[in-house]
Amino acid sequence: MFASLGILTLVILAAAVVLVMMVIGIYNSLVAGRNQVDNAWSQIDVQLKRRHDLIPNLVETAKGYMQHERQTFEAITQARSQAMGAKNVAEASKAEGALTEALSKFMLVVENYPDLKANQNFLSLQETLTSTENKISFARQAYNDAAMGYNNRIQMFPSNIVAGVFSFTKRDYFEVGNEAERAVPQVKF
Amino acid sequence: MWELIRVNKRNSVLLLFSMASVLLTLGAIIGYTWMGPQGAGPGLLIALAVWLILTLVSFSSGDQILLASSGAVEVTPEVHPMLFNVVEEMKIAAGLPAMPKIYIIPDASPNAFATGRSPEHAAVAVTEGLLSKLNRDELQGVIAHEVSHIIHRDILFVTLAGIMLGSIVLLSNIFLRGSLYGGGSRRRYSGRGEGGGQGLVILIALIAAILAPLMAQILYFALSRKREYLADAGAVRLTRYPEGLASALEKIAGSKISVATANQVTAPMYIANPFRNGHANLFSTHPPIKERIEVLRKMTYGSAYKDYDSAYQNVTGHTGIIPASALQETETVQTRPASSQPAAQAVPSAQANSQQRIRIGDFIRQTQGFAMIACPCGVKLKLPPNLKSDKVMCPRCKRIHPLNTEAGK
Repeated sequence: MFASLGILTLVILAAAVVLVMMVIGIYNSLVAGRNQVDNAWSQIDVQLKRRHDLIPNLVETAKGYMQHERQTFEAITQARSQAMGAKNVAEASKAEGALTEALSKFMLVVENYPDLKANQNFLSLQETLTSTENKISFARQAYNDAAMGYNNRIQMFPSNIVAGVFSFTKRDYFEVGNEAERAVPQVKF
Repeated sequence: MWELIRVNKRNSVLLLFSMASVLLTLGAIIGYTWMGPQGAGPGLLIALAVWLILTLVSFSSGDQILLASSGAVEVTPEVHPMLFNVVEEMKIAAGLPAMPKIYIIPDASPNAFATGRSPEHAAVAVTEGLLSKLNRDELQGVIAHEVSHIIHRDILFVTLAGIMLGSIVLLSNIFLRGSLYGGGSRRRYSGRGEGGGQGLVILIALIAAILAPLMAQILYFALSRKREYLADAGAVRLTRYPEGLASALEKIAGSKISVATANQVTAPMYIANPFRNGHANLFSTHPPIKERIEVLRKMTYGSAYKDYDSAYQNVTGHTGIIPASALQETETVQTRPASSQPAAQAVPSAQANSQQRIRIGDFIRQTQGFAMIACPCGVKLKLPPNLKSDKVMCPRCKRIHPLNTEAGK
């Protein structure tokens, strides 16, 4: 009687230990996944900040050459300040899209100013801008990949139970509104 | 992506184990022939020691040795901002933990390779020829291929397998020379006389010594060819633009010159065979470049691994190249449109003035037909060949330089 109770207790204890270990494992992998998503998100942030920092320099360099493009510059500056004031993913996504559009319009207008295109300083700014646009879209790509993996784990059994208990929540994807925004600014000589 | 990396690691370990068993067997056979039955154990240990020493050296400084022997110079971002930008873009897309070091090889043949022992300690080297021939999208394709080698852990695998191959070749060379020109210990042993039985042992050992390096090479090169396809698939997954890599490979294939500093050991590392006389066979380090281009151009549905896999099956008629467990991603990966860049846009920043930057920057601009004007304030104005204006302002002193076609060119 005592012996069988002992065995039963042992079995229950062993099962409990296995269960706790599983929960710990799942919990840790969820935390790792969340950190990965956060890290990917901060990468987008880094690149967006870089673009925000680049714009005053770009406008300053180009202004002297482009007296008749006040509107273009205003659109860029306005989109920038809106983007910098955005409070959540959806808002940032929209404002940054507008900024991308304003910048690609600017790059088209540059066509009409050969003096500007001969300016070494501007050429290097142009390369930096092109690359920053690319970095933004690659950072989004990496973020969406990470977010999808994390969201899958939150929704799938058995990790969804652990996610529910410790309130891990799904992440928004960084979606791009339309095809025009998906393209990098069109730079042509 | 992670599944592919896991399968890759397992295959690398398997290959290294089979090469190690070839090496140890060879050591045991040599020991047996030279010193009799009790020599098999010491022979095996000596083979192990040779391999261990070479591996330790290559692990601690293998990448430095390889880079130095290819004449690569480490460069700073000012030397070639576009190259650095492109590498950083791919670092972000792949989620590399650290920025790889960047090297330029002063060689006119277009090629590139990656090396290092881990994603944290990696380096990418490209030739000047590559920088002067490719546009931004093409360069991005090549860099994405190299970054894929880094995340697939191919850089470590190539180093370790190359060292293993080197040890096997070294041992069999020592044995063959020792046997052919009469090794002292062997003669003493056979002098004790066991007649025909001893001769048979030596014959078997000779055959083993000749076959072992060949077997190791075939194994190694087979896996290295496969890795090239996988790195191509990874590159497309990162850039979402198969045409960039395809047209880069086309330009690389179109070059008629070999990379001067490449050799048999470093050849498998390059994006395309650095030698210009190869035929596809068991000893090819790279798959035929035409086939790689064709596979990339057949990727019309998207840029996912499964799209590469079906294009590969379509072109080669073989079964898939991507491990099945890595093909389970269900999402579609859209291909992006081409970024409409000027044909080649090598723009070093205005501030940098190191020797390196001037050498490489001017080298590239000259091949693109840039015109140079020296302004009295010390600035060297570099004018793109398609400039249409008749005057240009110096960015530092604001002096206006008149341009006519004679003075400009």
